[in-house]
Amino acid sequence: MATPVLSLRGVTKRFGGLVAVNAMDFDVTEREVVGLLGPNGSGKSTTLNLVSGALPLTSGNVSLWGNRISGLPAQAINRKGVSRTFQLVRLLPSMKVRENVMAGAVFGHRRRWGHDARDHAEQLLEKVGLGGKGDMSLGQLTYIDTKRVELARTLASDPKVLLLDEWLAGLNPTELKIGITLIKSLRDEGRTIILVEHVMDAIRSLCDRCVVMAAGTKIAEGTPTQVLSDKEVIRAYLGDDDA
Amino acid sequence: MSLTGTDVRNLCLAAFAFAICALLPFGDNGYWLGLGVTIAMFTTLATSWALFSGPTHYISLATAAFFGVGTYVTGLGIDILPFWSLVGLAGLIGAVLAALVGLATLRLSGVYFVIFTLGLAELVRQVITWVQNNTGQKGLYVLTDLDEAGIYWWLLGLAGVVFLAGWLIGRSRLGFALRIIGDDETVAAHSGINTARAKVLLFMVPGAVAAMTGAVLAPRYVYIEPSLAFAPILSFQVVIMALLGGASRLWGPLVGVIPFTFLLEAVSSNFPNQTTLVIGIAFLVIVYLLPNGFVGLLDQILHRVNTREAS
Repeated sequence: MATPVLSLRGVTKRFGGLVAVNAMDFDVTEREVVGLLGPNGSGKSTTLNLVSGALPLTSGNVSLWGNRISGLPAQAINRKGVSRTFQLVRLLPSMKVRENVMAGAVFGHRRRWGHDARDHAEQLLEKVGLGGKGDMSLGQLTYIDTKRVELARTLASDPKVLLLDEWLAGLNPTELKIGITLIKSLRDEGRTIILVEHVMDAIRSLCDRCVVMAAGTKIAEGTPTQVLSDKEVIRAYLGDDDA
Repeated sequence: MSLTGTDVRNLCLAAFAFAICALLPFGDNGYWLGLGVTIAMFTTLATSWALFSGPTHYISLATAAFFGVGTYVTGLGIDILPFWSLVGLAGLIGAVLAALVGLATLRLSGVYFVIFTLGLAELVRQVITWVQNNTGQKGLYVLTDLDEAGIYWWLLGLAGVVFLAGWLIGRSRLGFALRIIGDDETVAAHSGINTARAKVLLFMVPGAVAAMTGAVLAPRYVYIEPSLAFAPILSFQVVIMALLGGASRLWGPLVGVIPFTFLLEAVSSNFPNQTTLVIGIAFLVIVYLLPNGFVGLLDQILHRVNTREAS
């Protein structure tokens, strides 16, 4: 196995008495797409929040290319090349579509400013399927388009690792197809991606490997086919009777 | 970024407007000049206030604290140092004080920040009163040969610097960062922005400007004491004027300052005891009817005209 880009060792998060994430260990290698699965409340989003620096770890550590990034504030982690989308889309309501994307390009991992940032944002809009919509305000966009804007902003700093938190959730079947194609194109560019996802079609067609969580703990790891037929995983999702 | 044709045109227009304003003392030396000083003072204060509070939506009531510190810098130093250096020194002290306050409070959000900044002005005032009580001193005389016209030109220059700084910040990465922070601080942090540093840096601007304004105005008061220099009503007036105009544009506060100054002037000469009442009513009216100020109203009208043309 090649050197991991991102590795989690004993990553734990406690909220008072509740252990939301319990001693998670896993690695992500370069150009790999890893799916983080699990029933609701199993700690997937919390794990993502710990990697991106949105929440501080209780114990354990996260490293990027062997350098510890856990304990750093979110902006420092972003500058080192880890960029994310949010479970509930977060955009900048006072700004046009183009500026929303530029926001990701100006201060992050690879910085651009002025015309350079503008052109870069324009290219990314083209790529996510929003070409020519740079001057629109956010209120004019459909739901999937707001997700596209957020994705473009996330890509704008040329991140090494992309964290997508249920990016495909809430899309209708047509949009879902578009969404999967879009993420596949990122995968084909050779980006390293961790995605938290519930949509099984997406997991099967996008992920090289999956990590499954239940009640804050890793219960399985392997290819999508392996983990989806794993007894523990089926028990976690459907209960004892079906296992 | 390079200047476009519109930028050059706007800069020329602004320079021309300033030149016209600078001629006021030659036309009138009494009532109108006095009003000019008030307008220049509030334009400087409200515009610099909006540079920080406009994009971030952090309502600061610390203007009186910085202003008061500025007047005391002049009051204490006027016999020792030349006036211009006192203005600079006040700016420096104001910036440092703002940085300290910022580091301590900008992690607070919303109402906690408002209360802290209001408390700060009171704190500084009480400290100075306490020192004066212990030293047996009452107030300070500020005697200079600076006349009303001189004060006016100083304030006008300061306002020019504030507008120029605001224009440059608006074009800078710092200005963009502040707008992102104002929209969504979580997104800002996850886009690589050091949110605490950006906020502290920009909070230093109104701090320095308010202190410099105080330093310039001290000679006008002749005699300064804490209750005058740190009057909390100043902080509220600045907020109301900036919000009345609209804090989302650089020229917004100016649009609020001018009508409000005339209103206050009319009220204080006709009903000298109801000034506070008028400020209170103005605050209510702005919040209910003009939540985004005149600028917001203008945007709304333009938007309506555009959609009508489109349909």
